Amino acid sequence: MSFVKGLKCKECGETYPKEALHVCEICFGPLEAAYDYEGIKGALSREVIESRDHNIWRYKELLPIDKEPTVGLKVGHTPLIRAHNLGKALGVSEIYIKNDGVCFPTLSFKDRVVSVALSKAKEFGYDTAACASTGNLANSVAALSRAANLKNYIFIPYDLEQAKIVGTTVYGATLIGINGAYDDVNRLCSEVAGKFGWAFVNINMRPYYAEGSKSLAFEVMEQLGWRSPKHFVVPMASGSLLTKVWKAIKEFEMIGLVEETGTKIYGAQAKGCSPITTALKNKWEIFKPVKPDTIAKSLAIGTPADGFYAMQVMNESGGWGEDVTDQEIIDGIKLLAETEGIFTETAGGVTIAVTKKLIEQGVLPKDESIVVAITGNGLKTQEAIANDVSQPHLIDANLEEFEELYDRLNNENQGGSEHAVSTHSNTA
Amino acid sequence: MPSVRIPTPLRKLTADQDEVNVSASNISGLIEELENQYPGIKARLCDESGEVRRFINLYVNNEDIRFLDGKETALNDADIVSIIPAIAGGF
Repeated sequence: MSFVKGLKCKECGETYPKEALHVCEICFGPLEAAYDYEGIKGALSREVIESRDHNIWRYKELLPIDKEPTVGLKVGHTPLIRAHNLGKALGVSEIYIKNDGVCFPTLSFKDRVVSVALSKAKEFGYDTAACASTGNLANSVAALSRAANLKNYIFIPYDLEQAKIVGTTVYGATLIGINGAYDDVNRLCSEVAGKFGWAFVNINMRPYYAEGSKSLAFEVMEQLGWRSPKHFVVPMASGSLLTKVWKAIKEFEMIGLVEETGTKIYGAQAKGCSPITTALKNKWEIFKPVKPDTIAKSLAIGTPADGFYAMQVMNESGGWGEDVTDQEIIDGIKLLAETEGIFTETAGGVTIAVTKKLIEQGVLPKDESIVVAITGNGLKTQEAIANDVSQPHLIDANLEEFEELYDRLNNENQGGSEHAVSTHSNTA
Repeated sequence: MPSVRIPTPLRKLTADQDEVNVSASNISGLIEELENQYPGIKARLCDESGEVRRFINLYVNNEDIRFLDGKETALNDADIVSIIPAIAGGF
């Protein structure tokens, strides 16, 4: 049974039937799935959710499908890690990493949204999936559309990281590289979507697709023992994920699955593409589009579709937003790797670096629960940090050589301490 | 005359044409001329104060007019103007 009433314009409130439609015909505002929350309240409880399999569909009443899901049945339920080492490094007592860098099957949170978009596309009877992507979405649409026996057309900026290209074409996808930035790809795709009858997951399927992001926050609240965190730090490209994290928390509160704790939402951007945080800091009504220049390519959207609403959420929730330089992003990736053993992509570096900055600024308090959304895997953006990590120590397969190296490393680490010297003399 | 690509939500006003030609020397003039030819379209493109709606992006030859001269952006005969809903895309 479905609890989705239809689509509703976020701006003017005009309602529409459940169709592959993303823009209000009257005011061009975004359409969003509208639910019968009273009905959901009667059907969904902690016990019902806990009785189900560990994937995004355990919250299916709050996802915009009418039939049983058909795509991405094992997607979701990524780890929430109490990050003690990172907390020590940052000087905070309770910090968690929601690690969607290990989301199945393509190692980013995009598997959540694509599963919902393609399940819905199958309901509508589409035979072709498409998307405009900065990489992670391309990977996910390529993999999941293949598994769902859908044809696909995938559009990306020409200069993406190699791993994101291979991670798309390996599935036999039709990949089209565009000479331009993501915003050019997006504009072209809006025009293509108007001409070709495909399920463009982030264009005409966007109201359904975007709802999939809520599952990340649903999981966090369940994993925290049915409570919402005091602070939630989220990366922003289009700003969609941030608005859906907020919506998810509001929905769980409304249905009575968690108590209201006044979660504050913080948005993270790269300085080289920070239209949303710039507008937020300057208290602008609207953001100015920018031409992105950052290593965080997965966040490089200069004309963010949900930028306006993301600002609204940060303001309303009492949170804030920050942006960080490419060097801070690299340091953020290394900090998370060296403290928690988690290798995140550049977007995650942005989120960690912004978290650090907000703690240093005193914006994030030291003694309240903080959840940091890590949305992608570092193996996909290795180029970004290849020159900033150490190279292997090369030696021959010879015990003396290794012992010499061992001593040298010990000397370096301990500044020529007695222990290192004596080890050397014992073995010489 | 510059040509204008019409997005799906506006095609009911243009008798289903996805591209129309409009004589105008800049974006402001183009919106007025569109209104003359297709009454009702201006109210869809602009809010009460006459500004282009928050969720509409306008492009001249694939460049966002906010990077050009906004509504004063000049138009030449061979120019292509695209009206694109702002709500699209994700990471």
